[in-house]
Amino acid sequence: MTTVTTTSFIRRRRKQRLTKVALITGLSLGAVFAAAPVLWMLSTSLKPNGEVMATPPKLISGNVSFAAYTTVLTDPDKLRFFINSYVVALAVTALTLLVAILAAYAFSRYEFRGKRLVNVVIVSVQAVPPITLVIPYFGLMVSMGLYNTYPGLIITHMVFTLPYAIIMMTAYFNTLPRELDEAVKVDGATGWTALWRILVPISVPGMIAVGVYTFMISWNEYLFALTLTRTDDMRTVPIGIQLLMGQHSYQWNEMMAMSILGSIPVLVLFLIFQRRFIGGLSAGAVKA
Amino acid sequence: MEPAHPTAGPSVSPSLSPSVSPAPQSAPDPAFPAGPAPTSSISTLTLTRTASPQENPPPRPARMPWATRVARRLVPFGYLTPTIVLLFVLMVVPIVMVISYSFKDNVIVERNPVLVGFANYTQILTDPNFRTALKNTAIFIVGSMGAHLVLGLVFAMMLNSPLLGPLTRSVFRVLYILPWLFTIAVVAVLWRLMLDPAGVVNYVLEAAHLIDGQVDWLASPATALWAVLFINIWSGYPFFMISILAGLQGIPTDLYEAAAVDGAGPWHTFWNVTIPQLRPILLSMAVLDLIWTSQQFALIWMTTGGGPLNSTEMLSTYVYKQAFSSYEFGLASAAAVIVLLLTMLLAFFYVRQQRER
Repeated sequence: MTTVTTTSFIRRRRKQRLTKVALITGLSLGAVFAAAPVLWMLSTSLKPNGEVMATPPKLISGNVSFAAYTTVLTDPDKLRFFINSYVVALAVTALTLLVAILAAYAFSRYEFRGKRLVNVVIVSVQAVPPITLVIPYFGLMVSMGLYNTYPGLIITHMVFTLPYAIIMMTAYFNTLPRELDEAVKVDGATGWTALWRILVPISVPGMIAVGVYTFMISWNEYLFALTLTRTDDMRTVPIGIQLLMGQHSYQWNEMMAMSILGSIPVLVLFLIFQRRFIGGLSAGAVKA
Repeated sequence: MEPAHPTAGPSVSPSLSPSVSPAPQSAPDPAFPAGPAPTSSISTLTLTRTASPQENPPPRPARMPWATRVARRLVPFGYLTPTIVLLFVLMVVPIVMVISYSFKDNVIVERNPVLVGFANYTQILTDPNFRTALKNTAIFIVGSMGAHLVLGLVFAMMLNSPLLGPLTRSVFRVLYILPWLFTIAVVAVLWRLMLDPAGVVNYVLEAAHLIDGQVDWLASPATALWAVLFINIWSGYPFFMISILAGLQGIPTDLYEAAAVDGAGPWHTFWNVTIPQLRPILLSMAVLDLIWTSQQFALIWMTTGGGPLNSTEMLSTYVYKQAFSSYEFGLASAAAVIVLLLTMLLAFFYVRQQRER
């Protein structure tokens, strides 16, 4: 009896160890698939352009240099792309948060006629293809004089960010007990005060999640930035990267340096808020 | 108007409560709905309604003066005004505009465009390039969805293994999420670099004797569609993986224990416990992916531009070219409306299927 259990125990241990080896191997292969291109981007950005296509390819060039980064960061035209992206993304984030907080408060704390309709519109807006919107947006922006301006980009980006932000903020407000704001209202305060004095201060975690997500959407947006701006001084980073590609000879190292610089805001935001962010996304998925 | 008042106040909540939707599978957890998961968010918002009738109605509705009552009912609309205005300007107006454009000739370019009826639609629907775009988009969507699902599931299950220590797990998790953190413009130039005929991918494949000579992946009609598909798979699977991982962690362990007691092997457990438990997540992920992949523009535009020989032309690049390369805004609008209708059709089936479950 005892011997049987011992051997089965050992067998199980051995099997477990084998599984673990297989698992780590599988994970490592997957990690190569996932991360090798990113490593290559980093490596290329640190090479002189002449060595980018060298055979055999080298991960670390003999003369590592930050020249590509210096070139990008000292070129006022390229810096302008970054400034534009920051201006637009930050404005979109602030405005989206403001509008979404107000709407989410109405959804979370009030009953009203048409609630369902507004809700359905907000949800379905997200399925409307941007390519369908971009043609009328172009016409609208030209006729309103917002073509090739910050406000034009900011407003149009909000069509992507607002629905998601409202849904997320509503869900967040719904987790906060109504007694909180009812208590303030009993003391004679209005809903407005309850919102800004009570709900908003304790909703900072939710607002951060919404804000990060909004910033990322706006920072990464491509189609509207491409069609609703015309001059190089209004282009955002994604378009700027493409403009580098259009030049007669490919400056791969500069493109990769710019790609990395352009990815830093999102990478940093993600690393800082990783837990909250993944938590928010995954919680939603579980829910769905 | 007068006669309506006496009933208006008290009737507010009763009239709303019947409209409480069946709320298909609204788990009552205080969670963020991820992305545009249509029905999940509907259920999120209706939840409050189910809970509220008891606590919410104004304390003494009948005795309140008329003006106060009206003002009270307008309060939520006050909060919603910015949203409604924005959605009207950014959604309703443009859709009306694009539909009206689609019946006109030379719109935007011409000052006085003429109505041409369905001529634009006929021209689009008989255009072989449009059909190519439709076919490519279908391949692109189905390929991406399938691969995202499989990769997301495999990676998530590996990451979820109890054999991994917490540090190993989080290191791998960050590595696996990496592709998702780069904007599609960056993804596009990165893969153009790697898939260059003289690039590193060809070098590795040649060294492994998998290919003969340099392949120009993105520039030859035979490979371009598969190349962009591969890039899209690479950049999109992490979202599936994250969501599935969370779903796996949410499966109650006693289900697995019960399966183990019943003597179920890993394969059996996977199909009879894991997959059914993940089903709602997998379904909504699939729909989100469908929507996103069908809208993919930047990746195609920056890698192949729809070429060579239309081999990677998608609906999005087709519409874009009609509008901003040929300046045929009427034709482009007709194509855009067709794309919108297709999307709406898919969304409709999705919502209906969610209701039925």
